[in-house]
Amino acid sequence: MTSRPGLAVDASVTRGQFRLDVAFQVQPGQVLAVLGPNGAGKSTLLRTLAGLTPLSGGRLCLDGVVLDDVAGEVYLEPARRKVGLVFQDYRLFPHLNVRDNVAFGPRATGASRAAARARAQGWLERLDLGELAQRRPAQLSGGQAQRVALARALASEPGLLLLDEPLAALDARTRLDVQDELRSHLAAFAGATLLVTHDPLDALVLADQVLVLEDGGVVQVGTPEEVVRRPNTHYVARLVGLNLYTGQADAGRVRLDGGGELVVADAAARGRVRVALRPSAVVVATQPPHATSARNAWAGHLVGMTRLADRVRLELAGPPDVLADVTPAAVAELGLRPGAPVWLSVKATEVDVYASGSDVEAGPGGYS
Amino acid sequence: MTPPLSRADPLSGAARRRRDRGDAPATRPPVPLLVPAVIALAFLVVPLVGLVVRAPWGQLWPQLRSPGVTQALVLSLWTSTVTTGVCVVVGLPLAWVLARTRFPGQRVVRALVLLPLVLPPVVGGVALLTAFGRSGLVGQWLNSWFGYEIPFTPAAVVMAQTFVALPFLVITAEGALRTARGGYEEAAATLGARPMTVFARVTVPLIAPSLAAGAVLCWARALGEFGATITFAGSFPGRTETMPVAVYYALESSPDAALALSLVLLAVSVTVLVALRERWLLGTGL
Repeated sequence: MTSRPGLAVDASVTRGQFRLDVAFQVQPGQVLAVLGPNGAGKSTLLRTLAGLTPLSGGRLCLDGVVLDDVAGEVYLEPARRKVGLVFQDYRLFPHLNVRDNVAFGPRATGASRAAARARAQGWLERLDLGELAQRRPAQLSGGQAQRVALARALASEPGLLLLDEPLAALDARTRLDVQDELRSHLAAFAGATLLVTHDPLDALVLADQVLVLEDGGVVQVGTPEEVVRRPNTHYVARLVGLNLYTGQADAGRVRLDGGGELVVADAAARGRVRVALRPSAVVVATQPPHATSARNAWAGHLVGMTRLADRVRLELAGPPDVLADVTPAAVAELGLRPGAPVWLSVKATEVDVYASGSDVEAGPGGYS
Repeated sequence: MTPPLSRADPLSGAARRRRDRGDAPATRPPVPLLVPAVIALAFLVVPLVGLVVRAPWGQLWPQLRSPGVTQALVLSLWTSTVTTGVCVVVGLPLAWVLARTRFPGQRVVRALVLLPLVLPPVVGGVALLTAFGRSGLVGQWLNSWFGYEIPFTPAAVVMAQTFVALPFLVITAEGALRTARGGYEEAAATLGARPMTVFARVTVPLIAPSLAAGAVLCWARALGEFGATITFAGSFPGRTETMPVAVYYALESSPDAALALSLVLLAVSVTVLVALRERWLLGTGL
C-alpha cells in the first residue's frame, strides 16, 4: 500500500465536538475536488495534509512516504512534506516581490540565491507572470495574485498540490478566466491535486473526481457528472438546482419519505432509492390536468418565488414539495400568487431513480 | 416670568463657521474641568519653557565642546546604542517566546518582564549590585574565576541601561508579533522553511517597522537612564558618567553645561516623539 504513488488518506481529526473522518486516494495527475458546505471539515482536511494540524487517528501517505501515522507515531512537520498549499487568501509575503515570493520555496530548501531565482523565473514564465516579477503582492490583481500563489507552491516541486477555494476570492468576471487557466496548469501538473471548493461548477470544470464532505464525513464520491446528476444529499442537490427525494421503490412507484408518491419509468427499481427531478421538468397548472401523458399529477400551493436569470423558480408545497422553473410570462398568465392552489405534473421519464448512497458505503479506496 | 420664545440668540461667528462646515457642535468644557486641565498642561509645559528660556544659547556650542560634556555625550551615545543592540538580540527572542508559545507560568514571566517599567531605577541599580557586584550572587564567581569586576565600568552602564530599557523592546515586539498574522509563517512552513528560516526571512521582516519603533524607544530610554546607572556604574567621567549623570553633577559646578546637556536630551526626546507619533497614537505595543 505505502509504496503506491499518489496520496492515500485514512484519517480522523477530533476537535471538541467536531470529528472529521475520511478515507480516499488520489492518483498522480488526478484532481480530486472536495465539495462541501462551510464547517464540513474541508479546511481541516487540507491542514492535516499540509501538516498544519496533526491527525487524531489513521495515517496519511504520499508517494510511499508516511506523512502522519498516529499508530506508527510518525509525524512529518510541514517543511519536510512534499506538499504545496495555495491558500484561499494566497498569503503572498508582502515584503518580497513576486519573483522572491516564488523563489522562497527553493531558497528555503537549500538552493543558492541565484539558483532559486532562476528556478522562480522559469515558473513565472511558465505561468505567464514574467512581466510581474518585480511587483509587490499589493500591486497585483486578484487573478494575478492567485497565479503567483500557484507558481510559488509549484516551485517547491510538490508531489501533492492543495488548493483551498482557489476561485472564491475572485470577482465573477476574472473567475472564468482564472478557472480556465487553472485547468490547464493542473493538467500539466504531474502530482496529485486536491482542491477544496463549495462551488460544484469549480468541481465540474477542474476535477476528475469529486468527494462530497458533510459534517466531517464523506457522503458521496464520484465523477463530477455523477455527483451533479445524481446527488446523494440535499446540500449538493440544492447547489446544482435539483429536487431530491428519498423513498421506497416498488413496481415502478416510489413512496417518498416526506409524503406523496411518484411513478417512475424504471420499473426494476426496488428498495431504498433516491429520486432526482429537474425543476424545469415540472409542469404547473391552475386546473387539474386530464387526458395527459404525465404519469404524476398532484395538488399543491405556491409558497415562494425567486427570480433567476431568465426564469422564475417556484417553491411549491405538496406533498411532495417541489421546486419548479417557469417563465415570467407563465407566472403572469396564470396569475400566480403566494398561497395560490396549483396542480403539478411530471412525466415518469423525467424522474431519475438511483440506489441510495451505495457508492458511499464502498468506503476507503472505493474508487480510483 | 418666562423669556419670550420667539427671540433667538444670534450665532457667534465661530458657531456659524462650524455650521457651514457641517461639524458637530463643539462641546464647551465646564469651568470646574477646564481650570484643572489648564493647570495640568501648564505644569508640564512651564518647566520646559524655563529650560529653553534659560539655556545659554550663545554658549551652547562651546559648552558642548568642553571636554567633560563631550565625554559624557560620547559615552551616552555609544552605551545606549550598544544597549539597544543587546536588547534586540535578547529581547526579540523573548518577545517571540512570549507571543508564539505557551508554557506554564507565562503570565508570571510577562509580569517579570514588565517589572522594570514600574520599579524605581535606583532599586534596579541596587539589584544589579547584589547580583553582579564584587560579592554578588553571580559577581563573586566572575571575580574568583576570571578576576573580572563589572560594577563601575562601561559594561555596568550598558547593563543598567539594558535592565530598564529591555521591557520597551519586548512589549513593542511582542505586540507586533501578536498582531502579525501567523498565516504567513504557515505559508512559509508549507514551502519547506524550517522554524529558524521562517523567523529570519518572514517573521522579522514583517514586524520590522514595529521592531524599529521598539528599538528607538529602547534607545531613548537608555539615553535617559540615571538611577540604575549611578547606583551600579557610578560616575567616573569618561568611563561611567553618562549625560544624565553629568547633568546632575554639573548643575552645581557649571549650570550652563547642565542646561546645554539638558537641551540636547530634550531635543532627542522631541525628535523621538515626532518620529514615533504615528505608532504611538495607533498604539502598537505602547
